[in-house]
Amino acid sequence: MSPPQPALLTVEHLTMRFGGLVAIDDVSFEAPRAKITAIIGPNGAGKTTVFNCLTGFYKPTAGRLALRHPQRGECLLERMEGHAIPATAGVARTFQNIRLFPGMSVLENLLIAQHNVLMRASGYTIGALLGLGRYAAAEQRAIKRARYWLDRVGLVDRADWNAGNLPYGDQRRLEIVRAMCIEPVLLCLDEPAAGLNPRESAELNALLSFIRDEHKVTLLLIEHDMSVVMEISDHVVVLDYGRKIADGTPDAIRNDPAVIRAYLGEPEEEARP
Amino acid sequence: MHANHARTPFDLGAALKDAGLVAGIVVLLTVALVGARVQDISSGPPVVFRFDDVIAAALLAFVGRFAIALLRGGRPRPVLIAALAFALGLSAILVHGVTSAGPGLTRLLPFASPVINWVIAIAAWILSARAAWLQWHATSTLDAEAREAREARMDRLGAMVQTWARFFGPLLLGVAVVLPFLPGIDRRLLDIAILVVTYIMLGWGLNIVVGLAGLLDLGYVAFYAVGAYSYALLALYFDLGFWTCLPFAGIMAAFAGILLGFPVLRLRGDYLAIVTLGFGEMIRIILLNWYTFTNGPDGLSGIPRPTLFGLPFTANPPEGQASFHSFFGLEYSPLDRIVFLYYVILGLALVTNLFTLRIRKLPVGRAWEALREDEIACRSLGVHPRNTKLTAFAIGAMFGGFGGSFFATRQGFVSPESFTFIESAMILAIVVLGGMGSQIGVVFAAILLIGLPEVFRELNQYRMLAFGLAMVAIMVWRPRGLLAHREPTVRLADHAPGAADAAPEMRT
Ligand SMILES: Nc1ncnc2c1ncn2[C@@H]1O[C@H](COP(=O)(O)OP(=O)(O)OP(=O)(O)O)[C@@H](O)[C@H]1O
Ligand SMILES: [Mg+2]
Repeated sequence: MSPPQPALLTVEHLTMRFGGLVAIDDVSFEAPRAKITAIIGPNGAGKTTVFNCLTGFYKPTAGRLALRHPQRGECLLERMEGHAIPATAGVARTFQNIRLFPGMSVLENLLIAQHNVLMRASGYTIGALLGLGRYAAAEQRAIKRARYWLDRVGLVDRADWNAGNLPYGDQRRLEIVRAMCIEPVLLCLDEPAAGLNPRESAELNALLSFIRDEHKVTLLLIEHDMSVVMEISDHVVVLDYGRKIADGTPDAIRNDPAVIRAYLGEPEEEARP
Repeated sequence: MHANHARTPFDLGAALKDAGLVAGIVVLLTVALVGARVQDISSGPPVVFRFDDVIAAALLAFVGRFAIALLRGGRPRPVLIAALAFALGLSAILVHGVTSAGPGLTRLLPFASPVINWVIAIAAWILSARAAWLQWHATSTLDAEAREAREARMDRLGAMVQTWARFFGPLLLGVAVVLPFLPGIDRRLLDIAILVVTYIMLGWGLNIVVGLAGLLDLGYVAFYAVGAYSYALLALYFDLGFWTCLPFAGIMAAFAGILLGFPVLRLRGDYLAIVTLGFGEMIRIILLNWYTFTNGPDGLSGIPRPTLFGLPFTANPPEGQASFHSFFGLEYSPLDRIVFLYYVILGLALVTNLFTLRIRKLPVGRAWEALREDEIACRSLGVHPRNTKLTAFAIGAMFGGFGGSFFATRQGFVSPESFTFIESAMILAIVVLGGMGSQIGVVFAAILLIGLPEVFRELNQYRMLAFGLAMVAIMVWRPRGLLAHREPTVRLADHAPGAADAAPEMRT
């Protein structure tokens, strides 16, 4: 066992208000490095809103979101602009309702994720237009990375399809590997298992474990399916009505009376099956 | 399309009731103001009732409100057809009325006041633009089955067009290159060809903004105007030639594009369209009113013609200077200049096309298309939305500026009259008709919309009608444009598999 490292992400006193509605109320938690932290909670608990704050889609009303980037040092996400968060802090995300570029090919989707690298290599377009060197090689590398991830999810054969023509499960997986193509340190997945059948769900678990173990990426995972949560997460944060009601290992959460009450309204033996 | 029934139900009764209510309110409001007119007592009763205006207003309100309900209920197609037909008809009659003052068709107008008629025509245009936009997007939100069938059909046709375009494109280019020397090509046809190629170039330029980046720009003519005036003013004030000014004109137009882009690119869809429309008018009005600088409505004349490496195309060059025909020892022919102009615009257009083809395969080009597909996803991947849109706007504007300076040098005269909204609409129609993002589609659409009507000028009064019918037909059968098919900019199949199992530059 290695000595305990500081958490990759520290969320302190995060509050998000929409007019009078308090969507997140003073939530603090940590996401340990190279671990899967699940965020669970009933509908409307504020899970997606946490992601939107982390990825710059919303400016939090209050709170501090500190990410300790291994190369770039501490990044305060609440102060950064939306597009800079993936580019400089290395935070990638997927969406509850899949957001691919449906009219573009699968491969192109993965190349957009490497936009900033390719943009620099193309000398901000001017270099590449004038035929100055490095771009072709950079594109080769980008395609290689794309192929690597497509291989992981079995989409190599359909790399030239329009992303919008893929079956639903493949679209979910494509969105995840697209996020991986920005080489994130933190990957936020919003209900990746929603709508998947049991076999696909098991494949997803394997993919997420692979991302965590082989690429040492820290994962934040919003999930309703308790079997997924219990099986692969290392750490669980439970939200209810915008407040954190529990925080701990999956086993501790499973037996936490507050969690059971939030999910079922009254005490019972098990949280949702 | 068959999915219409399966989609969200449309509450016809409620929509009709709502429209009726609105019409009722309009009647209440207008009956006193418009319906009853106080007039000179000496010539009859003190108040006359003129209910035809009230009825027209109520009818329009009813139909308009119902159309909006249809749009909200996700039924853009009937609205598109009806609004477009109405808008075209009304505009055609109005234009006709202005030019020929014939009493015949003007009887069909809903109101006596031309201003009100124009307002209604513009409202109908906006409604049809909105419907077209929704229709275009609806094709991407059809349910899975209908969508698959459609994709399959689109793809088959697209693939056909691709193989077809592969040799048709060069063939077309070949014809374009030798065109001036083909038998039967006279000055008139050559002029038409120049016009068509100008619009092809403008279409390609606007295609970057609308087709690739998905930004609906209704004020493209502003950049055309900026280019034209930049050249005209530079030439007249500083006595510079066409080729020297061309890059400046492009840069000025690109600058205008950035100027417009900064504040407005936060806006989406319809809002952006309306602001760009306003910008187009603004530029025209500035040109019209800044009399000391732009000579206002009188325009600028005496703009120098382009030269071939300094050789002018004049019959009698100034003493001690060669001109094109004397240098090459040819007989002077006034056609030489036209032929030369034709090659200039052909060259400019080809540059635009090659540039677009190339940039589509570069990261910016892909980012433009990604922005069109989903801006939020772009942001989540670190693509800077505003900068990316700005580049699209600036580059599109730049080609508009090149086109504009060509226009100025061809005409030798510019005035604000040449840069009205109708020009923007025409260029946009070419892009939409050809198929957003399709380069060859723009060529066909330009020939169809500019070339054919010019050739058949004799059938003058039916031109607008035919134009409108063509637009309606295309919106019905191919709402994404004639040749909308997108080939991926890069194929994995073309790239040999490397060591696929080794993680590339794995992070630790
Ligand atoms: N942009 C917004 N404006 C106003 N209210 C919002 C906004 N975004 C979220 N909310 C509100 O914040 C609360 C939390 O929403 P959120 O989407 O974060 O829930 P969630 O936990 O992701 O739920 P679900 O499981 O259904 O996805 C909800 O009451 C929602 O209506
Ligand atoms: Mg959610």
